[in-house]
Amino acid sequence: MADYSIPADLMEALKNKFPGLEIQENRDVIVPAADLIPFMSEIKDNQDYAMDFLTNLTGADYKDRFEMVYNLVSMTHGYTLMVKVRIEDKEKPEIPSLCPIWGGANWQEREIYDLMGIVFTGYTGHPTRIFLDDNFQGHPLRKDFQWQGGREA
Amino acid sequence: MKTQTYSLNLGPQHPSTHGVFRIILELDGETVVKATPVPGYLHRGIEKLAEARTYTQVIPYTDRMDYLAGMLMNWGYVQAVEKLMGIEVPERAEYIRVIVGELSRIASHMIATGAYGGDIGALTAFTYTFRDREYCIDLLEMVSGSRMTFSYFRVGGVADDLPGEFYPAARKFLADLPGMCDEYDGLITGNEIFQARTKHVGVITPEMGINYSLSGPTLRGSGVNYDLRKVRPYSVYDRLNFEVPLGKNGDCFDRFRIRIEEMRQCGKIIQQALDQIPEGSIQAKVPKVIKPPVGDAYAEVESSKGVYGCYLVSDGSPKPYRVHFRRPSFINLGYLAKLCEGWKIADVIAILGSIDIVLGEVDC
Amino acid sequence: MEVTKDKHPVEELTKDPVVIDQVKRLIHIAPLEKILNVARAHSLWPFGFGLACCAIEGLMAANMPRFDLSRFGYEVMRGSPRQADVMLVCGTVTHKAAPFVVRLYEQMSEPKWVIAMGSCAISGGPFVDSYHVVPGVDKLIPVDAYIPGCPPRPEAVIDGWLMVKEKILNPKVVSKVRG
Repeated sequence: MADYSIPADLMEALKNKFPGLEIQENRDVIVPAADLIPFMSEIKDNQDYAMDFLTNLTGADYKDRFEMVYNLVSMTHGYTLMVKVRIEDKEKPEIPSLCPIWGGANWQEREIYDLMGIVFTGYTGHPTRIFLDDNFQGHPLRKDFQWQGGREA
Repeated sequence: MKTQTYSLNLGPQHPSTHGVFRIILELDGETVVKATPVPGYLHRGIEKLAEARTYTQVIPYTDRMDYLAGMLMNWGYVQAVEKLMGIEVPERAEYIRVIVGELSRIASHMIATGAYGGDIGALTAFTYTFRDREYCIDLLEMVSGSRMTFSYFRVGGVADDLPGEFYPAARKFLADLPGMCDEYDGLITGNEIFQARTKHVGVITPEMGINYSLSGPTLRGSGVNYDLRKVRPYSVYDRLNFEVPLGKNGDCFDRFRIRIEEMRQCGKIIQQALDQIPEGSIQAKVPKVIKPPVGDAYAEVESSKGVYGCYLVSDGSPKPYRVHFRRPSFINLGYLAKLCEGWKIADVIAILGSIDIVLGEVDC
Repeated sequence: MEVTKDKHPVEELTKDPVVIDQVKRLIHIAPLEKILNVARAHSLWPFGFGLACCAIEGLMAANMPRFDLSRFGYEVMRGSPRQADVMLVCGTVTHKAAPFVVRLYEQMSEPKWVIAMGSCAISGGPFVDSYHVVPGVDKLIPVDAYIPGCPPRPEAVIDGWLMVKEKILNPKVVSKVRG
């Protein structure tokens, strides 16, 4: 399988610019939440990386944290990158929204807010529920979500 | 004199919304000032259900997301599991996957073409494409036993081999396919009224397309050459010779024309795959109970609507910990609100049909 | 109400035996119902209510050239519930969609019938454990015929239509077990 990751010297340059970065062995990158917007703007605008296509935005609920996952693709160079952000606060999870940078983040963030309850800050009127009714209580994709109904006993 | 806008519900039940989908339109006369799409009427909670099933039991759920191209939906999910487990699929299985995947793509594009003609008002187009889709579905039924929800893929390969009567039937269908595409071109594409209603309507510029993560014919209509089968070839696509049709203006007419051209290219791909297919096994050596190692993986395939991806997190048990599907119709639909502003109500239907959505995929 | 030779609607209007006898002799309602039933059964107008995958097979493929539904007279698909006779519920009904399913059913005018097509409409189907799915459309509206399958073949859909036709022509046959 061909390798589409960012070359090692460009990754070094990124690590020097953002010291809080953590690069895993499979080339996934873990970014602290405070650095998210500067990091994303850097790899989008800097033509060495030119990661202009946000192909996936999702999240997962672990026992001790939430984790947001972003997949990016560069149209010109062909690189792919998976970026993860850890949210330690499980009571009120918050993370800056990527809507000002990519319009494609809008609906995907609304889906994660609706199903998981992570709040995206920094964009007015965002996020609102997208699939479930506005007065639905709870966030279904969390591991501790209880509901009634389904098969009759 | 004072005027005010009028709120109209392009309701959940509508002959042209391709399913239960609602758009709240703010109208000034007949011109749309603001459009608010409301999805969620078919939200069945597949991602949550998948956490309570084993890895193989999730495959039928993927069928029911984009039910028009079921084989391609299976493929994306199964590829993510194989990436996580490090399984290598045997060559014969890869070729079979390409053949049935491309047949599924033809079936999906046929419905897109016919339904779009029906939306614009040319209902005859609907009957022609459905009649031809029946031949395609016959082939898929020969292979998998079902007409629409196949569940034919397995982790590590496919479920059954191609039967003997498949090869002559497939070659006959491929010989007829260019004639079918010419018929659609003659019926619909050259029609003056159709062209007047779709040319220069709903234009998507390449920059906005990339910014809004559009993919598939919706993005290629604007001239951006992003087809996963060429950019990051998976399976055996690097050995097959085909072109990627691109549009020029990014309007509804271009998106429609691309689909008919893609059908012709699919025919070429299947022809080459049928010539090149080797003998061999159809499934790799996979343990009876599928338990991937702890970790996560993300895999993408090019589905008929766009880029379809699956993000999988495993915690070592036989059931997935978290499954997320990157659904192309859902993301393509995110741009609809901006795209409809300034057009009339009839154009909203034309624009919505050209994006080609499937509600099972939008709502998951 | 069931109209037979012995029980006549005029008995509810008056108790005068002469009037009842004369009216019963002159005005035969039961044959009228029979004629109306024959007319209704042979030209049902379906209401195109496709929710999910079953709509492709049941509403679209059954109308198309190979499995022609217009041989039976059922191809006039209406978009508005006011003009339709039969509501063909194809697909999963979710909690968000349930209120308007009931509203559309109530907007249809009598006489009306409902066909539940596919396992999602019958009992929730593969999604019955979900937090957002109604386990079967007969929790919301009364159903006349059930067509099992996921999705059922168009031939099975035609069979379901013929069952409804039998039910209309001959209301008593519903109590017999179909062999």
